[in-house]
Amino acid sequence: MFDQDIKYLKFKTYLNTYCPHCHQSFNVEKKDLRQLVFNGIYKGQPMELILSPYLDVFDKETSVPVEQGDRLDDLICPFCKKSLIVNDINCAVCGSQVAQVIISALSKLIPFYICMKNDCEWHGLSKADERRIKLKIPRQEMPEQDQTLRVHNHQEVSYGYTTELASLEAGRCLQCKVPKCVDGCPVNIDIPGFIKLMREDDYDGAAKKIKERNVLPAICGRVCPQESQCEAQCILGYKDKPVAIGRLERFVADFERKMDLVKVPVIKEKTNKRIAVVGSGPGGITVAADMALRGYSVTVFEALHELGGVLTYGIPEFRLPKSIVQFEINFLKELGVRFEVNHIIGTLITVDELLQNFDAVYLGVGAGLPQFMGVEGESLGNVFSSNEYLTRMNLMKAYRFPEYDTPMPRGSKVVVIGGGNVAMDCARTAIRTGSLEVTIVYRRSRHELPARQEEVHHAEEEGIRFKLLTNPIRYLGTDYNTVKGVECIKMQLGEPDASGRRRPVAIENSNFVVDCDLAVVAIGTSPNPILFNTTPNLKRNRWGYIEVNEQTMETSIENVYAGGDIVTGSATVIQAMGSGRIAANAMHQKLSQKSKK
Amino acid sequence: MFQIVRKQEYAKGTIIRFDINAPKIAKKIKPGQFIILRVNETGERIPMTVADKDEFAGIITIIFQVVGKTTALMRSLKDGDMIRDIVGPLGKPAEVHNIGTVVMIGGGTGVAILYHVAKAFKEAGNFVIGIMGARDKEMLILENEMRAICDELIVTTDDGSYGQRGFVTEPLEKYLEERYDIKLVYAIGPIVMMKNVCKLTKKYNKPTMVSLNPVMIDGTGMCGGCRVKVDNKTQFCCVDGPDFDGHLVDFDELEKRNSMYLKDEKTSLLFSIR
Repeated sequence: MFDQDIKYLKFKTYLNTYCPHCHQSFNVEKKDLRQLVFNGIYKGQPMELILSPYLDVFDKETSVPVEQGDRLDDLICPFCKKSLIVNDINCAVCGSQVAQVIISALSKLIPFYICMKNDCEWHGLSKADERRIKLKIPRQEMPEQDQTLRVHNHQEVSYGYTTELASLEAGRCLQCKVPKCVDGCPVNIDIPGFIKLMREDDYDGAAKKIKERNVLPAICGRVCPQESQCEAQCILGYKDKPVAIGRLERFVADFERKMDLVKVPVIKEKTNKRIAVVGSGPGGITVAADMALRGYSVTVFEALHELGGVLTYGIPEFRLPKSIVQFEINFLKELGVRFEVNHIIGTLITVDELLQNFDAVYLGVGAGLPQFMGVEGESLGNVFSSNEYLTRMNLMKAYRFPEYDTPMPRGSKVVVIGGGNVAMDCARTAIRTGSLEVTIVYRRSRHELPARQEEVHHAEEEGIRFKLLTNPIRYLGTDYNTVKGVECIKMQLGEPDASGRRRPVAIENSNFVVDCDLAVVAIGTSPNPILFNTTPNLKRNRWGYIEVNEQTMETSIENVYAGGDIVTGSATVIQAMGSGRIAANAMHQKLSQKSKK
Repeated sequence: MFQIVRKQEYAKGTIIRFDINAPKIAKKIKPGQFIILRVNETGERIPMTVADKDEFAGIITIIFQVVGKTTALMRSLKDGDMIRDIVGPLGKPAEVHNIGTVVMIGGGTGVAILYHVAKAFKEAGNFVIGIMGARDKEMLILENEMRAICDELIVTTDDGSYGQRGFVTEPLEKYLEERYDIKLVYAIGPIVMMKNVCKLTKKYNKPTMVSLNPVMIDGTGMCGGCRVKVDNKTQFCCVDGPDFDGHLVDFDELEKRNSMYLKDEKTSLLFSIR
């Protein structure tokens, strides 16, 4: 399970070892380059010794191990016959003599010391050397499904790190005293802390460390935009590429799940207070978990027939396997959280009725209503909102039509309008369901694409075309009233607008038509009115989202909290979780104060 | 899971009535609102307007015509069988006030929905004139129930096998000519019928409400599949409707959008037969 090599060097650098005097390579055993062969003197007897990956010493001829705790008298270079013993440096742990060799780690020669006492923990480099090597380790790429293969299936694209890659990547972290990455994380995960545990091979402990702050690491490791959050702050990123924090998080969480190390904590102190959570998306799950761990009895209400919110209906299987979402929800169920599906809050139960039965309510209902551009021909057949397209595919499993009853939207030429993660999801779903040509139409340039870089990169690999600086102005229909093309206009970037991005301006007379037989509009959402129809006293801001106190996430109604897209507008999974965390803390503080009175 | 308490068949098994045990929904649902149901794990979500409810027994009634795969599957269910998911109430309730004389028009299985709304209008103290149409005598449903709540009731059949021969527009025109006190016309049925009713009432300048039935998935405003053009603005039937001002609805577009999946419907049916 664990790779034994990790013990050999704290961070793996597949190395060559040289004599510091004659610079001849020691690695004479071709079978395993990682065995060092020395001439040594043990108990006064000269013999050939093998230093194994465990740093155990064997007699090469008889394979008899040197006894634990014994000291070697000397180590001698087999070529120049000079002693490798260094007299002025001692082992940092046991104080015994050390021998010096030179290792080449990633095209750099670095002095390396070996303690002469067998089985001693110390076998290493000075701090400065360690740092120097670390800077040289490149950011590790995740193994992925082959791009020609993956466009024909719905399985996850990235396989995730192997143990080797994970420990190599974890070795890159500088363990800053004042870690900036933690500030970049919306839920402030102790990032250096969990990476440190990873380096000690304690993957389980690392997972628990993450879970102190984040209940859904397997999901966040996959869908968070790390390049604009924690990884944007990483010091390594200034000179080289930042530590792949997201991939490490994902590895640790997957490790914990696959090795069956997830433990349901026993909640010691139960309170008799009840919490209602509306919506089982990422924000709702966070609140439910936080409050359940504090001993509250939590009930989650979900409008659809499946739990998970956007994680289930929005994010496709190849980016976030549904089994993971299911696993996390089962964990909550074991924590004692009650789930009620098919419950629409606002019509079936109103917020006022919830307040009669619960001590506090969290509204994490998501933004909901899809936006359209209001251009001609948008109601033609085969023009979908991204919500409808993804809901059909993910929630209703339309890609398995006719086994599942919901028909699948099909098209040989597909146009997706928008440049966010949702647009990438739609385009990549389309190519997996047999579309031959998929084009993304986005009105700004590549630099402004709001999607995660990794998603854009994957989309390009899968053969999706990008028509940037292009805006649709009209949909053209066939005689049968289905779409046959999108008339677009070229754009150029003008002055920066309120959001700081340069405003796209249309270039006159640059119209052209992109042929398609399926169009997906992925340009964002606006707030869903169901909740507000029966809760008129809920204060909203000028865009129609719920107004909250930012410190506590409490709304204008007492004991009703809100967070996620219904407060901020379309945002990310982790931001919803972040606001859920704030709300849970505030809720707990208020309710526990009340009970003290 | 929701249990079917009672099943009834009309018109040689082409129209089915289910009484379903759903106490929470029965308590809350108002006339004009609908539910979405999913029969089993692989099923699609289909919207169904509730025809009646019994708040105390916790029962809602749905009446539907067998047209596609899911409704055919539902026909095979018996008393005591379970429906996997029912979610509701959805949509805005019909606006029922005491306004005087109203004409309630129902066509085909639309009568099932109409009954629930008409009952509410009657209870609010209105003078209710009912006009219900069907293809033939077999397809006529809820006649006795309608007769009980309507002050006047006219039945038409396309082939003249029962009641007046012809479409619902003929008696409607007669009423519009004769009675000046009609305050509201409420029409539920096939799109063609609603379209023609609206054409007629526009001529007489009578406010008309229609209940639309576009393709829907989630029914909570999320997917936008049910978008209809009302007064040249895009509206979502599931959260802004299902009742709209009939004079403003773009019926042609609705008709085209509703026929989008006819081919897939056939594929799905063939698959289930195989």
